Amino acid sequence: MSVEHIDVKYVAHLARLSLTADEESRFGNQLQDILQYIEKLKQVDVTGVEPTAHAFPLVNVTRKDEVRPGLTNDEALRNAPSKANGLFMVPKIVE
Amino acid sequence: MGLMAPKTMLHELTISELTGKLARREVSARQAMQACLDQISRTNPALNAFIRLDPNRALADADLADQAIAQGKTHAEFPLLGVPIATKDVIAVKDQPLNCGSKILGDFISPYDATVSRKLKEAGAVIFGRLNMDEFAMGSSTENSAFGVTRNPWDISRIPGGSSGGSAAAVAANLCYGALGSDTGGSVRQPAAFCGCVGLKPSYGRVSRYGLVAYASSLDQIGPITKTVGDAALLLETLAGHDPLDSTSVPQPVPRFTGELTGDIRGLRIGLPREYMVGGLDPEVKASVDASIRHLSSLGAEVVEISLPHTEHAIATYYIIATAEASANLARFDGIRYCKRAEGADVIDLYSRTRGSGFGEEVKRRIILGTYVLSSGYYDAYYLRAQKVRTLIRSDFVKAFESVDAIITPTSPTPPFKIGEKASDPLQMYLMDIFTISANLAGNCAISIPCGFTSPSPRLPLGMQILGPSFGESTLLRIAHAFEQSTPWHREHPPLDFATKS
Repeated sequence: MSVEHIDVKYVAHLARLSLTADEESRFGNQLQDILQYIEKLKQVDVTGVEPTAHAFPLVNVTRKDEVRPGLTNDEALRNAPSKANGLFMVPKIVE
Repeated sequence: MGLMAPKTMLHELTISELTGKLARREVSARQAMQACLDQISRTNPALNAFIRLDPNRALADADLADQAIAQGKTHAEFPLLGVPIATKDVIAVKDQPLNCGSKILGDFISPYDATVSRKLKEAGAVIFGRLNMDEFAMGSSTENSAFGVTRNPWDISRIPGGSSGGSAAAVAANLCYGALGSDTGGSVRQPAAFCGCVGLKPSYGRVSRYGLVAYASSLDQIGPITKTVGDAALLLETLAGHDPLDSTSVPQPVPRFTGELTGDIRGLRIGLPREYMVGGLDPEVKASVDASIRHLSSLGAEVVEISLPHTEHAIATYYIIATAEASANLARFDGIRYCKRAEGADVIDLYSRTRGSGFGEEVKRRIILGTYVLSSGYYDAYYLRAQKVRTLIRSDFVKAFESVDAIITPTSPTPPFKIGEKASDPLQMYLMDIFTISANLAGNCAISIPCGFTSPSPRLPLGMQILGPSFGESTLLRIAHAFEQSTPWHREHPPLDFATKS
């Protein structure tokens, strides 16, 4: 049983992940093996079975919408790779 | 004095032994911390369990605990007062570094405490050091760390297990009195088994994950790695409980787990899944688990065969769900608010280069797999189907726990393997998780405890897993404790013959 070819370059773009040519070819082969293994799930009869997203689902977990202390501006920016004037610096996005 | 048994060194004490001595003022928190730091100096160059350590700060925090004791604070109010505890490098401790075993986070310093860190501090513990791990908790050997591999204290040519390998190696080699790990598919239990420690994965929702860097949010739990079951019960009492900062945290009362350790397991029903004792199981692992089951039976437990028919599908299900959730969770590491940024021609290029240069190989592989199984046209075939099979796996356990109180399996199908032995074949590495991942998929609690050793040379620890139903930690700990107290395995320390003389 063969599985569909995985287009590593395309998926890496979706994931915003630059890969070297070597990684692309190596991951391609390894992921093919893993997908081949995962194929066995197709043998399981899941007719009428509901999906499980969480083992212990809780619904409508809310809290009161109250102002509470949080990180200060300095604390929030503490680990920023680039910052100025109390803001995160990012490359220009809109021309 | 001391004629019968070799003298127990200060760093070798359990948490409950240490708190007794601290309460009686026989030792100070500073002395306990110094004993850990000395043991770290002797052994960490070979083990690489700690990847960051600030000894002055650790001693200063221990001094604060000594001052609190001098002011009359007691262990009844602060059960961990003065106890040095270390954490896996994936749990935030305010003002300490946090790297997740990765280079992508650069010089990141945690701006706040994880809920578990806050609770440990409120109980009086002295949190120190950062423990090595597979990058972003992705791995079963601690070989996938940007900070180098951690070595097994029982044989430094072998892996300590993973992903909490640093935590297990540190506890086994007496570098700290207890440690925290995180368990998404066995990452607390399997390294505990490989290093001869106790490792507990609480039920999903039992312990808050606020401040734990997320890998797979529907599976992750924080759990203690300790020298004894009693210490695991004590730490769980401190860590457990509802937290409004984690919306998956379940508002269930927290029992006094340490009060459950009665030693009496007569009449409890223990299930052996027939699907777990076949094919691929190492003969020494099988022999030790078989002997352990006979021992539990001699303690008065009733052992019955059960079936978990969907076991064979657990690994495939896990690696779809875990990688899908990881691909979404790890999107935040993009070089904007944190991370070592790699500049790019535009913002997309910046993201791609930052992530491409910052993440290690296994993390990239799992992000690719997770992105693929969620991508348009494949979602139903992989992700949705895996979630349905997850329902079947969970139903197997719900059905089994209608007739048994606990389930026993090996923790890992083999003893700890050699460094590099499985590193080049990710699928072979994934298959090592066969016994542990179902508990995460089903949300059960599970514990690994020492149950024997391999033949004389090399003498490697073996672990047995006990699984309980969701929020069934009390019975789980009772069985584990009764077994431990009537067997010699937990009393043995690794010889550490590689350690430098002090």
